[in-house]
Amino acid sequence: MRYVDEFRDADRAKVLLAEIDTVAAKAADRMGRTANIMEVCGGHTHSIFRYGIGDLLPKSIELVHGPGCPVCVLPMGRVDDCVAIAEEPNVIFATFGDAMRVPGSKKSLLQAKAEGADIRMVYSPLDALALARANPEKEVVFFGLGFETTMPSTAMTVLQAEADGTKNFSLFCNHITIIPTMKAILEDPGLQLDGFLGPGHVTMVIGLEPYDFIGATYNKPVVIAGFEPLDVLQSVWMVMRQLAEGRAEVENQYGRIVPKGGNPVARDAITRVFEVRDFFEWRGLGSIEHSGVKMRAAYAQFDAERRFAVPDVKVADPEACQCGDVLKGIIKPRQCRVFGTACTPETPLGALMVSSEGACAAYYQYGPRSGDEPEKANAA
Amino acid sequence: MSGTRDKSAPTSRRKRDAIRLPRVTLAHGGGGKAMRDLVDDVFVSVFDNPDLAPLEDQARFSLSALGQYGDRLAFTSDSFVVDPLEFPGGDIGKLAVCGTVNDLAVGGAKPLYLSCSVIIEEGTELTLLRRIAQSMARTAAEAGVSFVTGDTKVVTHGACDKLFINTAGIGVIRSGLDLGCHRAEPGDLIIVNGLLGDHGAAILGARGDMALSSPILSDCAPLNGLIDVLIAACPEVKFLRDATRGGVATVVNEIAEASGVGIELDDDATPIREEVRGFCEILGLDPLYLANEGRIVAVVPAAAGDRAIAALRSHGYGEGATVIGRVTPGPAGRVTMHTRFGGKRVVDMLIGEQLPRIC
Repeated sequence: MRYVDEFRDADRAKVLLAEIDTVAAKAADRMGRTANIMEVCGGHTHSIFRYGIGDLLPKSIELVHGPGCPVCVLPMGRVDDCVAIAEEPNVIFATFGDAMRVPGSKKSLLQAKAEGADIRMVYSPLDALALARANPEKEVVFFGLGFETTMPSTAMTVLQAEADGTKNFSLFCNHITIIPTMKAILEDPGLQLDGFLGPGHVTMVIGLEPYDFIGATYNKPVVIAGFEPLDVLQSVWMVMRQLAEGRAEVENQYGRIVPKGGNPVARDAITRVFEVRDFFEWRGLGSIEHSGVKMRAAYAQFDAERRFAVPDVKVADPEACQCGDVLKGIIKPRQCRVFGTACTPETPLGALMVSSEGACAAYYQYGPRSGDEPEKANAA
Repeated sequence: MSGTRDKSAPTSRRKRDAIRLPRVTLAHGGGGKAMRDLVDDVFVSVFDNPDLAPLEDQARFSLSALGQYGDRLAFTSDSFVVDPLEFPGGDIGKLAVCGTVNDLAVGGAKPLYLSCSVIIEEGTELTLLRRIAQSMARTAAEAGVSFVTGDTKVVTHGACDKLFINTAGIGVIRSGLDLGCHRAEPGDLIIVNGLLGDHGAAILGARGDMALSSPILSDCAPLNGLIDVLIAACPEVKFLRDATRGGVATVVNEIAEASGVGIELDDDATPIREEVRGFCEILGLDPLYLANEGRIVAVVPAAAGDRAIAALRSHGYGEGATVIGRVTPGPAGRVTMHTRFGGKRVVDMLIGEQLPRIC
């Protein structure tokens, strides 16, 4: 595949890995310990596991899998709300596929569908709008989730519904925003991170400027990274080079997609439709100030939270679940007390086991097992 | 299959008039004349053969005639509920024949007789049913099998999705051949007969959600001829399985588990069409788990590898045959893949269905 295979070239990877070795040695001299780099985005986690990148890196670099999987950080209470809306008579509930399996306190959307709720899997919010037009006698609710990557398309869909006068379409808004959450992680007293691979597609929308505080206040380097394996390696090299040189700046590895200023048109659509919530609940991380958005009053007619009576009950994460510690990089998935026992992709207890982008599911699916050579993560 | 039927039975049936109604109604499932007309019009007219002709409640075979092909019977059953019913490269009828023929053939059996049971939703178009029955007849002729018994039910609107088909099949296993999932040993080769994932991608594409510009064709095909050629050239073959639901990844996991061995796949050697790779990239799916309906996984001793590949490539359904991996001592039950990129990852069983990723 053109424009894809070039970024998966094994020979180029070898050259980059040799360069990473060199700068990692310099960084280790300077830091005197392993460098912990968090890849913020679930897309990176997926690539890292799919291509076996973790094993290719020198032992002095540890990758920590961050909170950037919107499906993973969805709290149980919100899933319960989804189920409640979906089970209303006369509702068609449209959702992205991988949100179907996320466990609620009683059931997942997949279970609700089996019990008779009309839940449809869509690939884009526009598919949901098309459903609304095709079923004028039904109420079609789209389950909007994701970071700034998916926010513009949801916003544009709402604007489209407004423009063409579609009355039976609404959005259950669970969009979240990454910067406040990175801040919350940086404020955590248990923090052991030295740098970040920044989320490429979020940054394509928001631009580089929102990350400046990470260098300025917390003295950590950030490299906005693409998702192909060579992108990830080059980004790791860029972070390590900063650590070796004692710099803490925002650099952009993903220049072919991410303009410095982001995408102002997309941001305008977001700002027209959404406003920041005071707090939003994240699974494993708790309530984080200004970390989610809701629909503005002007679009109340398209807001499922206003149109349907949702239970809106906070449900505590299961006690045994250590998703929060994994998300913050304090423990590795396998060090969680329920990993692979009470919590498996088949019966996920914590959200990180649900989506293929969740760190625990990726570990479970792609990672080494007992009987393999000792795992680098635990050896470090 | 002359010699297997009851000689006193009539050898062909009087053709009835074609049904003039455009759609199936509940009356067609009532057991009376309307049902006889439907069965005759749609199925018997195209399946016609001496074993079916008596239309008794059961097909009857001569044991001695079966015995000429081998020393054990193979019996299998499969149900087909695909949506859409017709897709690029095939339809539910072709699938229903290939699925059962292939399930028999991968056991080393010569497939001989099939049953055809259909559950039809009222309102289904007769022209659609006729096309599908004709497709079944064509595929059965290619595979050299005959339909010898069947059943038709009509259910109310909404009780099934247009048409469900069950086919069961009987075949005879060659004497001396013992294919088994437990027989893989370190050093053996894992071979496939062509490009992987075409069927799964064709079905997802045909559902229309993705608006693809060029359709991917299903690989759906009856593989008994190909398997005959393989076994004739390479009787040492240890195991065969068609890589249907769950794809090649699932089959190799089953082999690793049943044989207590490890399996190492080579990403670079895994044949996947450019369009299928692109399709999977967009949806966040892994082509190794996509269904195939015309692909087998074979376990072959290393010494017989070249012979097996040459035999498979000599047949139209095996032109893309290639080695995709090998069996290792362990860890038992573990399948790994050497990625194109130089890394290594675990290829596990799928938990549920593959679900497209959000972003």
